[in-house]
Amino acid sequence: MHTESHAHTHGHSVGERLYIHRHSFVHELPGHIKLVAFFVFIIIAVLTPIQQWQSFVGYFLIISVALALSKLPMLTLAKRATIEFPFIIFALLMPFTAGGEMFDIGPVSLSREGSIAGLNLITKATLGVFCSMILAGSTTTHSLLAGFVRIKTPSLFVQIAAFMIRYLNVINDQMARMKVARESRGFQAQGIRSWPIFTSTLGALFIRSYERGERVHLAMLARGYAGTLSSLSVENVRPKHWRAGLTFPFLAALSFLLGRVLFS
Amino acid sequence: MMAKPSVHVSALHYAYPDGNKALNGVDLTITKGERVALLGPNGAGKTTLVMHLNGILSPTSGSIDIGEFALDEKNKEVTKKVRERVGIVFQDPDDQLFMPTVYEDVAFGPTNMGLAREEIERRSTRALEMVGMVELRDRAPHHLSFGQRRRVAVATVLAMEPEILILDEPSSNLDPASRRELSEILLSLDVTILMVTHDLPYAFELCQRSLILNQGEIVADDLTVNILRNQRLLTANRLELPHGFSF
Repeated sequence: MHTESHAHTHGHSVGERLYIHRHSFVHELPGHIKLVAFFVFIIIAVLTPIQQWQSFVGYFLIISVALALSKLPMLTLAKRATIEFPFIIFALLMPFTAGGEMFDIGPVSLSREGSIAGLNLITKATLGVFCSMILAGSTTTHSLLAGFVRIKTPSLFVQIAAFMIRYLNVINDQMARMKVARESRGFQAQGIRSWPIFTSTLGALFIRSYERGERVHLAMLARGYAGTLSSLSVENVRPKHWRAGLTFPFLAALSFLLGRVLFS
Repeated sequence: MMAKPSVHVSALHYAYPDGNKALNGVDLTITKGERVALLGPNGAGKTTLVMHLNGILSPTSGSIDIGEFALDEKNKEVTKKVRERVGIVFQDPDDQLFMPTVYEDVAFGPTNMGLAREEIERRSTRALEMVGMVELRDRAPHHLSFGQRRRVAVATVLAMEPEILILDEPSSNLDPASRRELSEILLSLDVTILMVTHDLPYAFELCQRSLILNQGEIVADDLTVNILRNQRLLTANRLELPHGFSF
């Protein structure tokens, strides 16, 4: 289930797919502070024009410091970062496909606009991937949910997320059992002819999930559900957490302003 | 006259929206502190009956009284009170446990009751103690064994301190030790119990009295031992003792 085994987890990482247990200051921060900090950071970064490159040097410095503080294993993160590859490929195509003013590097001729847009995409996507990797690696799903409650995310969204996390596993298991049951009766996936089998499996899974949804709802009503998951616990916050958490977007804002000054 | 019975159902009829008649005139009285088994073949209407007892389903006709409350689908206040009093443990713990951690799930009911924080904490911890699951309070339900999940499901209901505990097939899918541990927990509780089951020895162990529901009607209401001795009655209702057992 969780591929990153570590000597001790205090039970924190049981059932977590992305969380990696470490004792670090970043791990210690409550979920909602991290959410706010990363959100503001990304907004600042995305709104910075790529030509103001000095700011991006600052952003990458800040994110490296956060990464170092989190004590997350680099190799694992590097593997996770491969999720960005499709975007990089897309960005690398842009200089060739976009039009406008062209310039030559050796024998190839590139579009200036396309190059800038590609660079823009790669830089900002990389920052975003780093942020989400640190956030996901250092925050348990539970802490994230509690965080969303804390920053007053509409209750419906939090509930949907909570149910998704809870029942994804159940549905996954169900799917695995159906697969075993299929194969036990001699089914082997072979090209396009096995597709109808897959679609009917999916259909069955959908119906079952729908019915489970109804049963869960009934079970909730039986215990007095009235619209909120009010027993979702919230974490203790100390002022130093806020100070530390907000330092992160604050430095980003500083970097933006410095870049602005240097750029103009 | 004695105190009001825990459950009093009279002439209960229910038809599903598709016209399928599930209950055809059920009469039933359970006094306070009784432990009653509800037996019957698949599709007899057992679960449908259970869902009437806390107002999740509303009868087509007939009446249901839980203690001094007469259930009425229009009276939300009474329905709320009844749901605090009647706790249902559903058959599949995955339907019942939906919060990220065990503790939060157990606290879900008490929180909905609008209790103070200390009281929620006290009840939830106590309920977890009763089923021996305190150590696993911060676990995600998905990472518990089936037996543990069933016990947590019982705790989620016990935390509401119900007067009537209804269990839908509590012994299904449990290994023999979990099954025995659950019966020990249930016997230690001072509540009225209605237990839906196919597990006749379990009914015998836990409940003095048994009912047989078949095709939406109560066809037998007697001491469990008398019902289990009546081979003809059991056969007529597709109930069977495990091979080699007899009373």
